[in-house]
Amino acid sequence: MAKGQLKKTFVTPLGKENPVFVQILGICSTLAVTNKLENTMVMSLGVIFTLALSSWTLSIMRKWIPSRIRMMVETMVIATYVIIVDIALKAYYPEMWKSLGPYVGLIITNCIVMGRIEAFALQNKPMLSLVDGIASGIGYAYVLLAIAFVRELLGTGSLWGIQILGSWWTNWSIMVMPPGGFFMLAIFLWIAREVFMKEADHE
Amino acid sequence: MNEMLFPIAVFFAAAFTNNILLTNYLGMCSFLSVSKEIETSAGLGIAVTFVMALTTALNWVVYHLILVPFELEYLRFIVFIIVIAAFVQLIEMVIERYSEGLYFALGIFLPLITVNCAILGASLFMVIRDYSFITTFFFGLGSGIGWFIAIMAMAGIRQKLKTAKIPVGLDGAGIALIIAGFMAMAFMGFSGMITIS
Repeated sequence: MAKGQLKKTFVTPLGKENPVFVQILGICSTLAVTNKLENTMVMSLGVIFTLALSSWTLSIMRKWIPSRIRMMVETMVIATYVIIVDIALKAYYPEMWKSLGPYVGLIITNCIVMGRIEAFALQNKPMLSLVDGIASGIGYAYVLLAIAFVRELLGTGSLWGIQILGSWWTNWSIMVMPPGGFFMLAIFLWIAREVFMKEADHE
Repeated sequence: MNEMLFPIAVFFAAAFTNNILLTNYLGMCSFLSVSKEIETSAGLGIAVTFVMALTTALNWVVYHLILVPFELEYLRFIVFIIVIAAFVQLIEMVIERYSEGLYFALGIFLPLITVNCAILGASLFMVIRDYSFITTFFFGLGSGIGWFIAIMAMAGIRQKLKTAKIPVGLDGAGIALIIAGFMAMAFMGFSGMITIS
């Protein structure tokens, strides 16, 4: 039972129950960094780390948390892990830390973290919650990376800071500006909904 | 820039050119889920403005008078979120006690606000940009008003959209994001006027 359940926990957040497409959770703090692939990667790793470990921690503590103050406890645990991410980034990658600015701290209020903890970690065993945290984090990360890929490529003609398209390419500067993020997310949402809805019809 | 005018410039910049929702994508979750009705949007918008202006100022005091002297800056995330949560709880109790009408109008939105990214975001921006106390207050107020304007405009458009035919996959959040994109483009039109640093 355990193995099948683990696998199921891992796979569902990647496709049908992707937190971004289905629940539109957690786009607040991270959409802002999707104009560069590298920033998005670092930010996504931060979210995966925070989500997985805070799910795990809170799942261990779930029996001892009084339900009246549970939001407060959740926030404290999440904030602790975010501080770890922030300090590590500041120490080992100061340029990235500078360019991400306040957005690392905003992982705390990222709805996806709180959402997965409320919906999953508080009802399930630690290992399962850890897997759910990692899977939801990856499901979230690949959507953002896809958005960042398109935005950076069209907006600057480069990927990961390396020029890909030649001098014939005219940069779509709207892509790296705020409206580009909104449009790209809307388009991805549209495609994903159409694809997953067709699958659901077949079943 | 003139010392006296700087807070005012920051106020307008925060409300229009650097609108916290449309340029920094903060507060998107509640923006997308609540913007279906004008009345509820107005309620949430007012609550956000109020809480943002006061908590940003409060966090300035906590940061510069407590955290900096004790060299505890790295604890700012935890401290800011506690201040915001405690403040929201306090306001909820006060208006529940003294104003029944206001409690029914704003009460349900207050718990939502604790996890609104925009509130914490304003406090973090205030630290990074190193504002003075007065500037911080105007920045918080301006950001709140900017958020209010954005959600009201969105709610107005979405009410009209109810009668429109939208592709199934785009209905709901998808179309709201596209509208937000156009609104962000419109707000970019202000950007030549004032810049914020």
